[in-house]
Amino acid sequence: MEVVLALGIGIFTASGVWLILRPRTFQVVLGLSLLSYAVNLFLYAMGRLRVDAPPVVGSDAAVDLAQHADPVPQALVLTAIVISFAMTALLLVVLLAARGLTGTDHVDGEEEQ
Amino acid sequence: MTAWMNHLIVAPVILPLAASAVMLLFNERRRRAKNAISLITLAILLAIAIALLAQTVALGFSGNSATRVYLIGDWPAPFGIVLVADWLSTLMLVLTAIIGLFAMTYALARWDRAGPRFQALFLLQIMGLNGAFLTGDLFNLFVFFEILLAASYGLLLHGAGAQRVKAGLHYVAINVGASLLFLIGVGLIYGVTGTLNMADLATIIPSTVGLDLALLQSGFAVLGIAFLLKAGMWPVGFWLPRTYAAAVPPAAAVFALLSKVGIYALLRVYLLLFGGNVGWTGNFGEEWLLFGGIATVAFGTIGVLAARTLSRVAGYCVVISSGTLLATIGAGEGGSLGGVLFYLVSSTLGLSAFYLLLELVERRDAEATVQAIVEPVFDDEYTGVAPGHEEVEEEVGIVIPATIAVLGGGFAFCALLLAGLPPLSGFIAKFAIIHSLINGQPGIDASTWVFVVLLIGSGLAILIATSRAGIDLLWEPSDKPPPALRLAEAVPVGMLLLVCLGLMVFAGPVMRYMDRTGQSLQDRQGYINAVLSAPRRSPEAAS
Repeated sequence: MEVVLALGIGIFTASGVWLILRPRTFQVVLGLSLLSYAVNLFLYAMGRLRVDAPPVVGSDAAVDLAQHADPVPQALVLTAIVISFAMTALLLVVLLAARGLTGTDHVDGEEEQ
Repeated sequence: MTAWMNHLIVAPVILPLAASAVMLLFNERRRRAKNAISLITLAILLAIAIALLAQTVALGFSGNSATRVYLIGDWPAPFGIVLVADWLSTLMLVLTAIIGLFAMTYALARWDRAGPRFQALFLLQIMGLNGAFLTGDLFNLFVFFEILLAASYGLLLHGAGAQRVKAGLHYVAINVGASLLFLIGVGLIYGVTGTLNMADLATIIPSTVGLDLALLQSGFAVLGIAFLLKAGMWPVGFWLPRTYAAAVPPAAAVFALLSKVGIYALLRVYLLLFGGNVGWTGNFGEEWLLFGGIATVAFGTIGVLAARTLSRVAGYCVVISSGTLLATIGAGEGGSLGGVLFYLVSSTLGLSAFYLLLELVERRDAEATVQAIVEPVFDDEYTGVAPGHEEVEEEVGIVIPATIAVLGGGFAFCALLLAGLPPLSGFIAKFAIIHSLINGQPGIDASTWVFVVLLIGSGLAILIATSRAGIDLLWEPSDKPPPALRLAEAVPVGMLLLVCLGLMVFAGPVMRYMDRTGQSLQDRQGYINAVLSAPRRSPEAAS
């Protein structure tokens, strides 16, 4: 599982970095989305990978924390997902406005000579 | 301290949030109501900030700890979310409230009509700033950063137009990227230490060893890049002058403070976690800040000389100001922190006033510039002002006589302030910095000399650039009549400059406050104790 996750994060990051260096606005938006997926997975992995372990402690008296997953990264990821989702939506709006006002989808608003 | 005084700490976050939420319920045409709400909110915020500052002074100078901790939901410290009001936070709150109030007053004369929902965005921006200054937790710092950034995207695009949208696209993309770096840093730090509470981190970090140490250091390095990007350090600050130049003046005035949030975060995190002189934490990343800051000042100096519009000049002044702060922090002399903070306050106020002023100065030949109001791109419910309803008001306003003299005086004041010439507060700040860098050192590093020379050189460059632009814009004879200057626009600028004047006149007490703040930043144990042993309020928690 570790290898799959690490590969996933790596591939997302590599593709994301390549895409945000491209000259078209839509590629940049996609690149940032891919990067945010990579970051979310990474944050999640920082709470250590556990299978079949609940993150919420029950009300029974004897609680063995070793049997539970770390809930904090899960909460962090949730926040990060919402924020990056909103920012991507905003970026798309700016992208459309830029396309409409400048007539090109180049990130600088004008084609290279 | 009475019970409600304890809740005062959370008010700077809740109040603007509530006000801006209420604002969304109003129709866009109810301008007067919205303006009244936002002005009242900002005035109350200023009163709260001053009350908190007075509390800090009263507590601090009577020998108690001035660090007040607010436990949200009454959860005990490292587990719950904490807000911390101490010397530095309250100072920044006051600075935010002053700039917010006057920028908003200025906006009411004209700029709030350039697009929809200006007031709501503006208050959210203030909320994000206040939250970032108050939080004692790295992840909440991220959340408040996002709030203030999201609001700043809206404010940058306020007024629309191709120039703003092009600058906005870069700004949003760069800051989303920076936020991802922030998250990576936070993730690495959490993965190693298992906590994100800053006080808790400060106790855990020094004992980190081995492979964990490498991970932790890379985490902080990545986090540092995110902060420095926001502060506009060379080579990650190229976006700054162009973006700030595209924003409408009241938004740009607040943006001048926005770049200082990166510096604040750096001061807070860096000095708390990497202060002290023992082990690897003693000098982590110091030379990066020093040399990065020096490069930033050099870049800003060249930029200021090369800039052809006044708004670009102002942008590069922001860069120079950031660079000066970074290099002085990096030079690592504890005694210079007082000067750093004085410079931070003075230069931020000066830059805000400059951004507000330069549009007034440039208005005379502003037909085709960016500043003109353009039709909005997305015609949602926003329909501008109701026809024949409030347009009349614009024509009336009291027009100040001798416009050019007033503008010229304000402009010269700003220029002297930014260039750091005596007797204004800019000079006092630079003098304090240079004095603390040179004084009492057995041998002075070559890098310190380079920095001092650059600091003085940058002042000269600002002076050259502003006098060139000032002569061009104010003194050159023109066929056009002088622009009408409305009282609502002149007064906020005047008030900001008056605050700077106050900094100069009361330099002694202010400097004492700043020095005390610098000491409190180095008193790491005081902060850690205050946060981690913060008492809970509920009766059953006492057991």
